[in-house]
Amino acid sequence: MSVSNMTFAANDTVSANAGLLGFASHAQQVAYLLAALLFILALANLSHQKTAQRGNTLGIVGMAAALLATVAATMLDSTNGAMLAIALIATAMAVGGAIGVWKARSVQMTAMPELVALLHSFVGASAVLVGYNSFLSAPGEAGVTSAFHLGEVGLAVLIGAVTFTGSIVAYLKLSGKMAGKPLMLPGRNALNAAALAMCAVLIAWLIQTRGIDAGLLPLGILTIIALVLGAHLVLAIGGGDMPVVVSMLNSYSGWAAAMAGFTLNNDLLIITGALVGSSGAYLSYIMCQGMNRSFVSVILGGFGEGAEPKGSTTPTKNLGQHHETSDANVAKLLREAKRVMIVPGYGMAVAQAQFPVADLAKRLIAKGTNVQFGIHPVAGRMPGHMNVLLAEAKVPYDIVFEMDEVNDEMNDVDVVLIIGANDTVNPSAIDEPDSPIAGMPVLRVWEARHVVVLKRSMGNAGYAGVQNPLFYNDNTLMLLDDAKHSVDAILNDL
Amino acid sequence: MRIGIPKEQDGGQTLVAGTPDTVKKLIGLGYDVAVETGAGEAASFPDADYTAAGASVVDGGDIWSCDIVTCLDTPSAENIALMRRGSTLIARMNPAANPALVQLLAERGITGLAIDVIPRISRAQSMDVRSSMANVGGYRAVIEAASAFGRLFTGQVTAAGKMPPARVYIIGVGVAGLAAIGTAKSMGAIVSATDVRADVADQVRSLDAEFVAIPVVQQSDDGYAKAMTSDQEKLAQQVYAEQAKHSDIVITTAQIPGKKPPVLLTASAVAAMKPGSVIVDMSAGANGGNCELTRADECFRTENGVTIIGFTDLARRLPGQSSQLYGQNIMNFFKLATPEKNGQLTLDENDDVIRGVTVALDGAVMWPPPAVKVSAAPSSTASPASSAEVRKTSEANADAKSANAAHAAQTDAASARSESPKKNAADSHASTPASAFKRWWWKIALSVAGLALVFAAPEELAGHFFVFELACVAGFYVITNVTHALHTPLMSVTNAISGIIVIGALLQIGSSNPVVAGIAFVAALLASINIFGGFLVTRRMLGMFQRSSEE
Repeated sequence: MSVSNMTFAANDTVSANAGLLGFASHAQQVAYLLAALLFILALANLSHQKTAQRGNTLGIVGMAAALLATVAATMLDSTNGAMLAIALIATAMAVGGAIGVWKARSVQMTAMPELVALLHSFVGASAVLVGYNSFLSAPGEAGVTSAFHLGEVGLAVLIGAVTFTGSIVAYLKLSGKMAGKPLMLPGRNALNAAALAMCAVLIAWLIQTRGIDAGLLPLGILTIIALVLGAHLVLAIGGGDMPVVVSMLNSYSGWAAAMAGFTLNNDLLIITGALVGSSGAYLSYIMCQGMNRSFVSVILGGFGEGAEPKGSTTPTKNLGQHHETSDANVAKLLREAKRVMIVPGYGMAVAQAQFPVADLAKRLIAKGTNVQFGIHPVAGRMPGHMNVLLAEAKVPYDIVFEMDEVNDEMNDVDVVLIIGANDTVNPSAIDEPDSPIAGMPVLRVWEARHVVVLKRSMGNAGYAGVQNPLFYNDNTLMLLDDAKHSVDAILNDL
Repeated sequence: MRIGIPKEQDGGQTLVAGTPDTVKKLIGLGYDVAVETGAGEAASFPDADYTAAGASVVDGGDIWSCDIVTCLDTPSAENIALMRRGSTLIARMNPAANPALVQLLAERGITGLAIDVIPRISRAQSMDVRSSMANVGGYRAVIEAASAFGRLFTGQVTAAGKMPPARVYIIGVGVAGLAAIGTAKSMGAIVSATDVRADVADQVRSLDAEFVAIPVVQQSDDGYAKAMTSDQEKLAQQVYAEQAKHSDIVITTAQIPGKKPPVLLTASAVAAMKPGSVIVDMSAGANGGNCELTRADECFRTENGVTIIGFTDLARRLPGQSSQLYGQNIMNFFKLATPEKNGQLTLDENDDVIRGVTVALDGAVMWPPPAVKVSAAPSSTASPASSAEVRKTSEANADAKSANAAHAAQTDAASARSESPKKNAADSHASTPASAFKRWWWKIALSVAGLALVFAAPEELAGHFFVFELACVAGFYVITNVTHALHTPLMSVTNAISGIIVIGALLQIGSSNPVVAGIAFVAALLASINIFGGFLVTRRMLGMFQRSSEE
């Protein structure tokens, strides 16, 4: 954006301070360029542990530069008195900032996924609002430029609204305020397609309109449909796919920002939005590969498609008897083991067991045991969820390994300690072609000498709702209790 | 079926294709084994031991009439003429260089199995004769160097004064190079090594040796080295020369299959070396070697007192161990090809390993085999290659029983760790043209859509689309290498950054339209939550990540 081509500022008389504005406009462009570059560097630096903290700082600096430049521009540009604008900005940012800081400070690490999802919804909502504003400031008139402008407004509102409700639903599901089970409406793909088609029609209609009153109707309907669509998209996705969904919503929020940028002719918004959008999309793609899932089916809420009815009609197979054990026994196994692998899952997060688990690891390392953590790419409810939790508990990241790094060494491991993981260690993914999770890469823990599973009870299946034959293996011992209690008990026995 | 193990024809060949130990195992697989009189003599396996292991010891002519004949090197045409139609020959054949031999076997209806071209996949490591031989050769190269070197390897401080440790420099870190590093290291020398492939640096370091990088990077997608351009070669030669000057012992292992070995040490580099230093050229042969002055099968001193060893028979100088390794490799192949353990050789053409070695079958030439799909050597991932005579490191020690076994085992683990994730990634890329199209179509579609947008847009908007598309590509690339563990912080930072939408709101907040200003106020507030919350929570998370060393 440049100060002079903002549409609603165009009728300002600028001749008196043209020189000042010209300079300000250039200064603003430079600040924007700087901010865009800093954002790119921020993302690049965040790819590696060593530079990650610097990446975050670069992002903050970039944001500050962009904000300062914009505030300055708004002051010069304001048709409503600079002081009022500044007061509004200060209030908005102070209140918003305070809420943000409070949230960031107080959030439990286990609740990260919810927080991130919730934050996405704010971007979505903002994009919708900015889109509306953009429309109100420059409603439809004749000409190609206006048509493009309205098209962009339509897209910004569409994507923003989808992000908004999608994120809200994701938040509700992740925080357990809503059941994780996918909502399977009949013909839901057709419904989604129809909704999208209607949105397209509405945008076409919007482009034809002249003036605010004529345009508000299609824009309003569009907003409602998009809100419903967003909610439905995420409702249809099962809890197991939540990590991908969160990352997908991240991408959407970027696209929404980019679209808002188009409506305002603001290159910084466009660049930043596109950066976030494409990096988020790629991140989701990487994760889908990790789960051996089709990208498209996850976006459309495919988990369990076809497999769901199969799962429910297959009678529960008799897998034999599981072997229960006691914490003392597990402690004995661990004492004798030379090499121990800890495989955490969502259960560890739920039980807040990461601290005792870290203590356990430390204790074992101190007595010379080789301890490793094996992390499945989609363990938890958010990409990298386990890593964050373990980091919080001060587990050094160089003993935390990815699935591929440890899978081939599994038969060297004396004891695998599974803490609240289920689907990610399910042998059916490999053995049973009919299983809903067939083909998903899993940690081959059953190749280890002993497997100890910490689990609340035998009853609850993993998110995929699939039985796990691992629990019935002869070399598998089940320790059925709250993970935190169990680990504490083992620690005592050690 | 009856397996025949002849005495090697070549007088210099001290090895034998089966030892009493491996013969016993073959008999365990249900085979009859016949050994030619005196076959194991040079390797110190007397006929009586073979008899004790259950084999029959027979005279020359009979051995060739067995159902299966296995030996080290390709037998002469006369001996092949003695073989029956329908029988099988297992030997090192170098089929790429010997099309006539393959043709001859096919014409005579003999099944030819060239054990030296076994595919380089992990399953086949236990049958990889080249790896076994290279391993032994690398060890022996150090021993030869030590015996020609006038000082000790290990440094000591004694009453009679100080002995400096020997400096050993190894060029080409394949199987042989790694074995040489391990051996020299365990003898107390200070070892450094160089390879064109930067990714073997970790393997070198895992053996506690120093890696000397050269300013030439080479990637190999078939696992073998490519010849360097002359500029690259000069650059590399400078590094070698500089290192050689300061080393007491230089061991070179660089070979390029089917080509003349590359010259690593020029005459002037040798001239600059210290008197008394030793060069072992493991690539010496009829085509020259890695050193310009090398003479095949000779050990001589240059005018400035540098000993250059060009023995081509390093493995043969350890006949007992080499025979055992070779025989074990052959035995492992039989194990694979005798699934029923009934003494019947079963060549399953669908098995990549078996298909890979089959060069002649039922009168037809089968060489070259179709490419193995899941090759362990795609692109830079599986290391072999480069200057070295190449093979995955983890194979280095398939059977290492020598002094460096412990070292080698470390390398194995290290390389397995570093390779496995990459290998997976590479596997998923090994695919057919159809799936290549599948991978690409969306990129093409997006590009076309992008171009169309720029074209269709009014002039003043085209620039924005332009910027938009560039930013998409940038976003894609900056995170391609993101560490898995950082997915969450990355996401919360991108989330904070997408709070940039606040700028849109700020620009509108000054509007004279109170509705617009009001809406903008709300939007700015929401976006601010994002900015502050996102950055702060990322900071908090990243503060928790730490290495064990920082504790």
